[in-house]
Amino acid sequence: MATHTEQLTPPAVRISNLIRGYGTRTVLDRISLDITPGEFVALLGHSGSGKSTLLRAIADLDYDVDGAGELTAPDRVSVVFQDSRLLPWRRILDNVVLGVRGNNVAERGRAALAEVGLAGRERAWPSQLSGGEAQRAALARSLVWDPELLLADEPFGALDALTRTKMHALLRELCVRHRPAVLLVTHDVDEAVVLADRVLVLEEGRISVDLSIDLPHPRSYRDSRLAEYRERLLAALGVLQSEAS
Amino acid sequence: MTDLASSEVTTVPVAAPAPRTLQRRRRRGRLGPGKRIPYGRLLGPLLVLGLWLIASAAGALDPRIIPAPWTVVRTANRLWSAGTLPTDILTSLRRAGLGFAIGLVGGVALALASGLSRVGEALIDGTVQVKRAIPSLGLIPLFILWLGIGETFKIAIIALGVFIPIYINTYAALSGIDSRYVELAEVVRLSRWRFIRQIVIPGALPGFFVGLRLGVTGSWLSLVVLEQINATSGLGYMMFQAQNYGQTDVIVVGLLAYGVFGFVSDSIVRVIERRVLSWRHTLSN
Repeated sequence: MATHTEQLTPPAVRISNLIRGYGTRTVLDRISLDITPGEFVALLGHSGSGKSTLLRAIADLDYDVDGAGELTAPDRVSVVFQDSRLLPWRRILDNVVLGVRGNNVAERGRAALAEVGLAGRERAWPSQLSGGEAQRAALARSLVWDPELLLADEPFGALDALTRTKMHALLRELCVRHRPAVLLVTHDVDEAVVLADRVLVLEEGRISVDLSIDLPHPRSYRDSRLAEYRERLLAALGVLQSEAS
Repeated sequence: MTDLASSEVTTVPVAAPAPRTLQRRRRRGRLGPGKRIPYGRLLGPLLVLGLWLIASAAGALDPRIIPAPWTVVRTANRLWSAGTLPTDILTSLRRAGLGFAIGLVGGVALALASGLSRVGEALIDGTVQVKRAIPSLGLIPLFILWLGIGETFKIAIIALGVFIPIYINTYAALSGIDSRYVELAEVVRLSRWRFIRQIVIPGALPGFFVGLRLGVTGSWLSLVVLEQINATSGLGYMMFQAQNYGQTDVIVVGLLAYGVFGFVSDSIVRVIERRVLSWRHTLSN
C-alpha cells in the first residue's frame, strides 16, 4: 500500500503542532513546519514573537520550558549564535574542534578554518580576532560537524553593514558546498530575501507568512524583483514601506 | 557596494596601510596605565628601604624604637652564623608550607564539590560561610584542646586561614561560569567530564588565582601569633623572645624575613598565573 509520497526524501526537520510556553504565557502556538534537506529558510519576526524559542526547541536546548507537540530533527545539528561564543582560553583551532572526536580532528578544524578564510589564524586567541573574524570562526566551528541542519540565531546582528554583506556571501557559498538545511533567525528583511529560499514570518507564536523566493543565487540587494517580496514581508511585519526606507 | 555577487572576493587580503611617519599631537592622554616598568614591583619596597637608611643616617630615628638598617644587617649576620636564624626560618617555612599545602588541597576540593553539584553546594557552602565568620585565631584554644599544643594545631590553624580565601574565590568563579558557555557545551554535546575539564575549570582559573595569592600571604599571617604559643623555634618565637629583652633589631630582622617571604611567594604565584592565563589581555599586560 505504499503511496507515492513515501518515496520522496524525508524532511530534515518535521514539526507538528509544537507548543511552547513559559508558565501561562504561550510562546509557540501549534506550529507545524517542514524543512527539506538543503533548504534555506529564514525566520522573521518581531522581538518576542517566539523566533528564538522555536530555534532553541529544534536545537534541543529548551530544558525548563513547558510544551507539547512533535519535533523531528537530524542527528547532526549545528548552532551559530549571535555572539561568536568562542572560549577565550582556547586558541581558535581548539575552539573550532571543541567536542569533536575521532581521527584527524586538527586537520578537519584546519580545513574548516580555511573554508571561512581564516587559514593561518589557528594559533590566535579569540581576543585577537575582529568581530567578523570571530563570527567566521564560529561558522567554522559549526561546519566541522558537517551538519545536516544549521541553526543560526541572528548570527550577523552584531556586525557592521560591510562585514555583514561579506558574511552573507560566505554563508551562501558554504551552503552551496555543504548543502545543510538552514534555519536563519533574523529581524533583517533584506538579509532574509537575499539569502533564503523560503521566508517565514512568526507572529504571536504562529507562522503568519510562508513565502518562497524563486530567484537564482547569487542575488543582488538591488535586484528589483526582490522589492516585491520585501514589501510583502514588511507589510506582514506591520512596517509601512515609507517607515522602512 | 552592497551587491552580493561582487562581494564574494572576501579572501583577498587588503594591503597593510603604510606606517605613519607624521606624528599627530594627542589631544588627551591615554587612559590605560601604559607600559609596565621592569621590576617595578620592587620599586616601592626599595624606596621605603632608602628612606629608612637616610632617616637613620641623619639621626632622625631613635635606635631604641627603630634600629638603623646596618644594625639590622649586623644582627641578622650574627643570628645567621650562630645558627639560630636558619633554624627559625626553616621551622617557619615548614609550618607555613605544610599549612598552605593542606589548605590549598582542601579549598580546591571543597570548592569543586560545591561548585559542580547542587548537593555539594547545599552541604558545603553554607557551612564554610559560617566558618568564615569565625576568626581562625579564635579557634586556637579549641584546637589546642583537640590537637594538643604541638605542631599539629599550628599547621591546622594555618591551613584553615589558607583554605577560606581559596575556597571562596574558586567557588565564586566556578558558579559564575557564563551560561552561554554551558549552552555551547550542550550544542557540541560535550560529556560532563569534558565540560568540566574544557570549560568549567579553565573558566574558573582566574578566580582561583586570586584566592591562591590571598592564601599564600595568609599562610604567613597566622604564623606570628602561633609561634608565640609553646614554640621553641620559628620567626615568631624569635621575635617574641626579643620583645622580652628589648631587642628591637631582632624584631625587625623577623619582620623583614616575613616581608621577604611574603613578597617572594606572591611573586612566584604571579609568574605562574601569567603563564597559565596567557590568553588574558587585561590592563596588567
